[in-house]
Amino acid sequence: MTAGAGTVRPRTWLRLNRWDSPWLNAKFLIGLAMVLGVALMGIIGPLFWDTTLARVGSSPLNLPPVWVKTDNPAFGQPTWAHPLGTESNGRDMLAVLLVGAPRSLRIGVIAAGIGMLVGIILGFTAGFLGGWIDNVIRTLADAMITIPSLAVLIVISAYVRQVSVENMALILALFAWPGPTRLIRSQVLSMRERGYVKMARLSGASTLSIMFGEIMPNLLPYLAASFTGNVSAAILAATGLEALGLGPTRIPTLGMTIFYAMRAAAILRGMWWWWGFPIAMLIIIFTGLFLMTVGLDEIANPRLRGAQR
Amino acid sequence: MRGLTWDYLIRRVAMFFVTIWLGATLIFIIPRLAPGDPVAAMVSRLQAQAGYIENSAEMIEAWRRRFGLDGPIWLQYLKYMRSVLTLDLGYSLAYFPSRVEEMIVDALPWTVGLLTLATLMSFVLGNLIGALMAWRRTPGLIRNLLPLTLTFTSIPFFMLGILLIYLFAFTLDWFPPSGAYARGVEIGLNWEFIKSVIHHGTLPALSIVLTSMGFWALGMRGMMITNEGEDYMILAEAKGLNPFRVFWKYGIRTAVLPQVTALALSLGSIAGGSTLVEYIFAYPGMGYLLYQGIVNTDYTLIQGIVFMLILGTATSVLILDLLLPLIDPRITYERG
Repeated sequence: MTAGAGTVRPRTWLRLNRWDSPWLNAKFLIGLAMVLGVALMGIIGPLFWDTTLARVGSSPLNLPPVWVKTDNPAFGQPTWAHPLGTESNGRDMLAVLLVGAPRSLRIGVIAAGIGMLVGIILGFTAGFLGGWIDNVIRTLADAMITIPSLAVLIVISAYVRQVSVENMALILALFAWPGPTRLIRSQVLSMRERGYVKMARLSGASTLSIMFGEIMPNLLPYLAASFTGNVSAAILAATGLEALGLGPTRIPTLGMTIFYAMRAAAILRGMWWWWGFPIAMLIIIFTGLFLMTVGLDEIANPRLRGAQR
Repeated sequence: MRGLTWDYLIRRVAMFFVTIWLGATLIFIIPRLAPGDPVAAMVSRLQAQAGYIENSAEMIEAWRRRFGLDGPIWLQYLKYMRSVLTLDLGYSLAYFPSRVEEMIVDALPWTVGLLTLATLMSFVLGNLIGALMAWRRTPGLIRNLLPLTLTFTSIPFFMLGILLIYLFAFTLDWFPPSGAYARGVEIGLNWEFIKSVIHHGTLPALSIVLTSMGFWALGMRGMMITNEGEDYMILAEAKGLNPFRVFWKYGIRTAVLPQVTALALSLGSIAGGSTLVEYIFAYPGMGYLLYQGIVNTDYTLIQGIVFMLILGTATSVLILDLLLPLIDPRITYERG
């Protein structure tokens, strides 16, 4: 810090400029745009496209996307009625994407939201109360992290065959709390010894107001980074279960589309649009969330912002 | 062995047992929370599939005994725990006379081999890339090219697997799309077999390495940047030590320690993610066996594999935790 004092000064001056807020992090904003784009697609899409075409048998089979020239007799002739093609169960790929992508996002947000809420409660409890309560919470959180969540989720889904999107999110939340709990606990432990918290305590502030007035605001970037990371983990688990044929079965999801594509050997039949579009969609979601997480990390920890000095 | 105190040892071993207990308990509770009697549901499903089942009475008995569904719940739980601790995983429901342990033993070497190699490779490569990204002496060209290696970070293992199959197995035909070795190759320690195993294992391993490398690179980059301003780094440079020596001994050696802790924490998700890779590549390990269990609704097989996965990750974490104080003497003095 002392060594770079000369170079730091102009920066602090620049900070006064409102366009130099740390929240205007390029990675964070690009990631946010990608995720919002997918979310918007789910809201606006159904106004322009008939999403009932995502149902089985609603469209002709095996049509390639419009721009593909094919003379393969196994495929139909491309048509503008199904711009992204159709698969072997007669679903229109564009409709599947419009229905499936926002649904994946919703599962992730609900699961990570519940996990975050539980994490905040447990993390603050452990950090503030300490003692045996802290020990129990910490041990449970550590043990949960070690358990391969996808494996346990497979057991659950194998028994509960008919799952709705909301129940799926609830099941996934079971594994979304240890991360935030650990993070908040360790941050609370370090923050409660800081000057401003001691000051607040000396001034007679209640524990609750210290928690939400003094500590919470400083935790926000960490919490946000942990949240986006958890959304991504929950979507990953959900798509994984769906790709194994264990997700919600009545409504099309991106993972389920991949499952059917794998089962019908779509790769070997050259039907790349069947698995390619859902994967491309998921890559946009995952990369967007990942960029948001990295950006938020940089916002929370200024040292990460630039490698070059 | 300096630094490895009894207190630390006992805490870690206790942690190991808590993890196993929690995992086993989850597997015990879940079927009981599901609506309906699992035995009745399973038998009717099997009868619908097969029409008639030989030894069905024996199978139901095995199934009931497996869960100890014939006593009060606490007794069931105790019996279940005993069978789990003695690794008595019961009979497979779909392939009845074979036992779950035997099926797992056949699949285990493939999974352990693939996972160990892929995890080590991604850990070493990722940390190296991350360290080079943060190092000020890295040549500019390399520094600008390095982030390209992180393109696939955040994509699930199995999705990259699908893309790799399409590109390298279907379009280019360089690697086989599925299996662990070619048919007709004599299994054993001969060159043909080893070549075939490497040939088949490349794509599954690549899909794990390329996607998880970035996680280590980012963590390492952060640690190295934080290190950069520390007093001992400034002193080392001021002393005029060889920059490579500073990079390896002072930079990487300190920065890699939290990364090992992170490795211990992420083993669970790596093990989970690799089950899907095995399923995509039809690689004959535990993940593929698990998929077959799902397809056949073979509950004992599913639960046996899941328990073994939990046991495997908990054991690896314990080993890592016990190795850590040997490379970082500070760790045992740390409280909380």
